[in-house]
Amino acid sequence: MRYLPKSPSERRSMLDAIGVATVEDLFKTIPEKFRLRDPLKLPGPLSETEIIQYFQARAAENSRGYTSFLGAGVYNHLRSVVTDALIQRGEFLTSYTPYQAEISQGTLEAIFEFQTLICQLTGQEVANASMYDGSTALTEAVLMAERLTSRHTVLIARTVHPEYRQVLQTYAKHLGITIREIGFTESGQIDQAALGRESFADVAAVVVHSPNFFGVIEEIPQLAELAHAGGALLVDGITEAVSLGIVKPPAEADIVAMECQSLGVAPSYGGPYVGVIATRDKFVRQLPGRLAGQAFDAEGRRGFVLTLATREQHIRREKATSNICTNEALFALAATIHMTLLGKAGLRELAEQNLAKARFARAELEKIPGVRRPFSGPIFNEFVLEFPRSIKLMNKWLLEDKIIGPLAIGTAYPDLSKRGLFCVTETMPRAEIERLVACIKRMMESSSSGESKS
Amino acid sequence: MYPADFRYSKDHEWVKVEGGTGTVGITDYAQSELGDVVFVELPKVGAQMKAGQSIGTIESVKAVSEVYCPVSGEVTAVNNALSNSPEKINQEPHAGGWLIKLKLANPSEVAALMDAAAYNAYVDAKAKEHSA
Repeated sequence: MRYLPKSPSERRSMLDAIGVATVEDLFKTIPEKFRLRDPLKLPGPLSETEIIQYFQARAAENSRGYTSFLGAGVYNHLRSVVTDALIQRGEFLTSYTPYQAEISQGTLEAIFEFQTLICQLTGQEVANASMYDGSTALTEAVLMAERLTSRHTVLIARTVHPEYRQVLQTYAKHLGITIREIGFTESGQIDQAALGRESFADVAAVVVHSPNFFGVIEEIPQLAELAHAGGALLVDGITEAVSLGIVKPPAEADIVAMECQSLGVAPSYGGPYVGVIATRDKFVRQLPGRLAGQAFDAEGRRGFVLTLATREQHIRREKATSNICTNEALFALAATIHMTLLGKAGLRELAEQNLAKARFARAELEKIPGVRRPFSGPIFNEFVLEFPRSIKLMNKWLLEDKIIGPLAIGTAYPDLSKRGLFCVTETMPRAEIERLVACIKRMMESSSSGESKS
Repeated sequence: MYPADFRYSKDHEWVKVEGGTGTVGITDYAQSELGDVVFVELPKVGAQMKAGQSIGTIESVKAVSEVYCPVSGEVTAVNNALSNSPEKINQEPHAGGWLIKLKLANPSEVAALMDAAAYNAYVDAKAKEHSA
């Protein structure tokens, strides 16, 4: 949107046209006590050179040279310069959503390729053109399940990312959806026995993350069976898309809601990232968001169209499958390019490297006296370890060695204090894993004499 | 054109009453206005419907339209044949293209609907409005 400046005489004639004496009068309806009377506390104007210097100084304040073992929904992976070079082409970078679909063949083809790759990765039959991010995709998947089943209760695993559960709660609060949480076992997976004991009377969906927040892979086929026996759908959320290079695709799930940040999008504070929903063909009419389809013209030439647009708000208005979903076309394109560069074999090799490095790191850390593995389930590139001392304190010490330590999961799970969630991807050099282990070992040894166990 | 034993709503739905059961569909006028029907979404058997409530949607190549229930009652059957052959609504709107059957909750609602002659006049007036 352009900013249109107005001269004082233009302002005058605009005010005269609507019959108002001053601009102030337009705000009369706002109670006096809420009106800002002081000018905003802003510094004076700066020259171009001063502005550049200011921002260079701010940029220099960013920390550098740290090694991070944080994951928990955002993953550091290698990215090719090819991805950025291609997505920065003006045709992709500046184009708006293809409402005039027929003249946006390049954009539509890219979306079609994205959908195809997502289907191949997830073992599902249809995927949309992307969603805002993984957490809103998961929530939209739940709303979809609610429409498909005409039921209004959701059983969600406590092993689902706590922030994703908060997003769902925010939506659910105003939509009359009841959420019941299901605990976990010593495997770090959803408690299937507890799930089996639940009443499924009004249950639309069983919702899990796999790999889950503890890095443990859930048993999707068994969970699908349990959900289906109760007449509910299984919604599987995926925060680490690279896991699909080696983990069996969740084909038994009815709806897969994935965050694709791992596929070519750099970690950044608050995003933007890119979500996607994939599902069965028979559920496509309840799928929110855009869909690109392949079509043929009168001469049999291949082309691309926006299809089943009657689900969408520009046609269906308030009856649309969603009026609050958006897509992330540019990052969906980045994911498509990234996946294409890797190829099937490359993605598998990448996933194997993640698994191997994470297992190596876990094994080395477990050799430290007092360190325990609390969950026995299979992992991908994240794992939880229990320490004899506070994770937050440990992290404070690690920072001095320029290491960003594990996530203290006790913040979100008060029953899991002293447990840290580590992430180790292909980007982590072996030497850095060994440095982390050495630092923690030294810390434990120096404090084991005097430290209390609280 | 419009069967004499049906009753008709202003939203172009028809209902045919047999005993305590009403069969509901859309009229020939409605199907010709919609164009080729490509998808139909119907309620589940057992659903309680109130007169004027949406019973589902009909999607044609031109538009998506709500279908409103002309009478109240419990859905006892839905026309599952439409999921594979939605074109039946275009081909035989007053017979094989029926949508749902209801156990009537309030048979007096039927009397308030138009008979064939009144509906014919209503549609004629609509057609004139369009051509005017």
